[in-house]
Amino acid sequence: FAMAAAAARFLLGSVHSRAAATAVALGTHGGPGGALLKGAAARRSGRAAQRRYAAHFTFQPDPVPTKYGPTQKMNLFQSVTSALDNTLASDPTAVIFGEDVAFGGVFRCTVGLRDKYGKDRVFNTPLCEQGIVGFGIGVAVAGATAIAEIQFADYIYPAFDQIVNEAAKYRYRSGNLFDCGNLTIRAPWGCVGHGSLYHSQSPEAFFAHCPGLKIVIPRSPVQAKGLLLSCIADKNPCIFFEPKILYRAAVEQVPTEPFHIPLSQAEVVLEGSDVTLVAWGTQVHVMREVATMAQEKLGVSCELIDLQTILPWDTDTVCKSVVKTGRLLISHEAPVTGGFAAEISARVQEECFLNLEAPIARVCGYDTPFPHIFEPFYIPDKWKCFDAVKRMINY
Amino acid sequence: MVTDVNSASLCFAVQRAVAQIVGSGICPLKSILPQGAQLQQPFNTSEEKPQFPGASAEFVDQLEFIQPNVISGIPVYRVMSRQGQIINPSEDPQLSKETVLNFYQKMTLLNTMDRILYESQRQGRISFYMTNYGEEGTHIGSAAALDSNDLVFGQYREAGVLMYRGFPLDLFMAQCYANADDLGKGRQMPVHYGSKDLNFVTISSPLATQIPQAAGAAYAVKRENSNRAVICYFGEGAASEGDAHAGFNFSATLECPLIFFCRNNGYAISTPTNEQYRGDGIAARGPGYGMLSIRVDGNDVFAVYNATKEARRRAVAENQPFLIEAMTYRIGHHSTSDDSSAYRSVDEVNYWDKQDHPISRLRHYMTARGWWDEDEERTWRKQSRKLVMEAFEKAERRLKPRPDLLFTDVYNEITPTLTKQRDSMWRHLQQYKEHYPLDLYDK
Repeated sequence: FAMAAAAARFLLGSVHSRAAATAVALGTHGGPGGALLKGAAARRSGRAAQRRYAAHFTFQPDPVPTKYGPTQKMNLFQSVTSALDNTLASDPTAVIFGEDVAFGGVFRCTVGLRDKYGKDRVFNTPLCEQGIVGFGIGVAVAGATAIAEIQFADYIYPAFDQIVNEAAKYRYRSGNLFDCGNLTIRAPWGCVGHGSLYHSQSPEAFFAHCPGLKIVIPRSPVQAKGLLLSCIADKNPCIFFEPKILYRAAVEQVPTEPFHIPLSQAEVVLEGSDVTLVAWGTQVHVMREVATMAQEKLGVSCELIDLQTILPWDTDTVCKSVVKTGRLLISHEAPVTGGFAAEISARVQEECFLNLEAPIARVCGYDTPFPHIFEPFYIPDKWKCFDAVKRMINY
Repeated sequence: MVTDVNSASLCFAVQRAVAQIVGSGICPLKSILPQGAQLQQPFNTSEEKPQFPGASAEFVDQLEFIQPNVISGIPVYRVMSRQGQIINPSEDPQLSKETVLNFYQKMTLLNTMDRILYESQRQGRISFYMTNYGEEGTHIGSAAALDSNDLVFGQYREAGVLMYRGFPLDLFMAQCYANADDLGKGRQMPVHYGSKDLNFVTISSPLATQIPQAAGAAYAVKRENSNRAVICYFGEGAASEGDAHAGFNFSATLECPLIFFCRNNGYAISTPTNEQYRGDGIAARGPGYGMLSIRVDGNDVFAVYNATKEARRRAVAENQPFLIEAMTYRIGHHSTSDDSSAYRSVDEVNYWDKQDHPISRLRHYMTARGWWDEDEERTWRKQSRKLVMEAFEKAERRLKPRPDLLFTDVYNEITPTLTKQRDSMWRHLQQYKEHYPLDLYDK
């Protein structure tokens, strides 16, 4: 567990100061190794800084919600814990399982829950994603609430058959005799600064092609809690992707009581008149900055929509906005070819063709696996998005 | 590496300190961990015994590989000889005449239904069919040993379980014909039965996916404290899938009241068992997962009954899974899309059909007791055929479900997008209706 906790802090290290990351790397081992590293670091800081790249966005908290009761300062992983805590308290059938969830999880989302609710309700499974999801389907089919954790979205693929061929189709194929609506799958998602191929992926597009599933991605702690509770309550199998770079970086005042943010309702985060920006998860914060830059440097007013639910997605809100602005930019970290922006783009041009002033722009990851050292060049950062806005305005 | 320690009660600094002390081997772990910490095994440096958390065993100083024993593997439990005589009277379940007659009638009714539906596919009346020839004993013996509330996860060759529980011929036929009476609303290929009332989870085509699902259902059922068990059927071919490994491991580690029932019928379509596995079948894998296992003669309905009954009793009482490997033989083709003469001899098939068949074995048992004779056999054959034909003709006349049902149950509620797609389909059908078989479908 010491290793896992240290690994988690290491992975999230780029969001905090470089010093914190270095301390973790050195702290657990005393002796000659540490001394060597300390020496090297001292020498390096004397030269032109080879500093680790700072985060590509600044988290923007939303105004404190007033309609859901008392709030408490929470980061994103704590807001997830809060949602799970509320669920286990109110639903005696609810169980949480996956790799390493018992001690609190590698991202600390389940800290304290096993102590509070018992080892039959919060438990580790063997290391087997197809088993985790298959088991979760069975729990749900038997009528209990199943909350399955996949340790990283990058590792969800062994469970692809269970998700796509089984969970998604359970109700349809049985003529509604059976279903696994009680199943929610949670997985950490998206880039984290140095996650590379297998700790950075955004696989929503693979699952968006599968009728019967719901896919939800929050941008903040308040959204995470409200949307996660809606997924758990929803009577369809849901996949809830949690932007891991926001686990610690995103802090808000979050209602302590349970509350629900509706699924399949995109949110207009910023109103505007010239360009519609569509994003989800971390990228919403990138787009906020893009909107500010567009206003300051180009005098362009951007309307920013957080899609929130990828499947089934809120076509009406997006189309209504594009009818108003005539321009659409969609941005996601996942590779551009076959990414979810392609679906939004196809649908919008069908519905709003004559309203478009410029081709729909997609600013996404390149068609490569997610690279390690090249991450700063790979990600659809605010400069790339800003440039796309500029080109659209001048089209 | 220490597992199962609750980190919520320790801050990071203490965790790191603990890791350092453990790493340096200075003192036994027990003395510095807080209350409530659980270890995999007691840690004691004073004995000359392996301390590895991963396995508790003795040291050995001779290099020797463990020989997998496949020549004389796990023995096959049986109650009756091939001629239906009880071998060991203490193993005779001593079921009543009524019960045994019911076993026989269910097995033969299934057999009759199989013959008629197989033929109907050949005649183009239904699109596809899978028979259960030779495996009737595995279905009826196991189904009879369960409670009606026990949840069944099947693969596709367990129709006898559903029949035993009382699924009517009309509904078997309705599913195969995909007509408007089908509980599944016509969405799946024939033989993909399901029944909520009879606790039989709807069959799906992907193999072995039901195995980890059964483990999850058993876990949920355990928490209900309702004295229910779960049974999961699969073939020896499906047991090669990763999902099987996942299901076995999860059910053992999570202590689920679950019976794994493997029908080892010798073939996975054309693939014989010596190309499916090299070990001693499926039963030998159970101990690898820490699971109690048995191999039984699947053509002996009493052996199947006894093993399933005891496994069910203990699975529920002790919250652990059991593995039953029922050896049998697939007398029929894999399905109507298969011609098994391409990969096995007619002589081999005939041997099993004539010399070692669950139905004839039980008949010998019954006739030896004066519970059945030639006249009753003739009468029952005629009656069962008539029952099947009536259901068959009724199913054939029935309309197909209304096309709107193409769009429902994708989610619990239809979505705006699906509503638009459905409306678009109807507009299309309005304009091009002569190209679509609308007359066959309900309105």
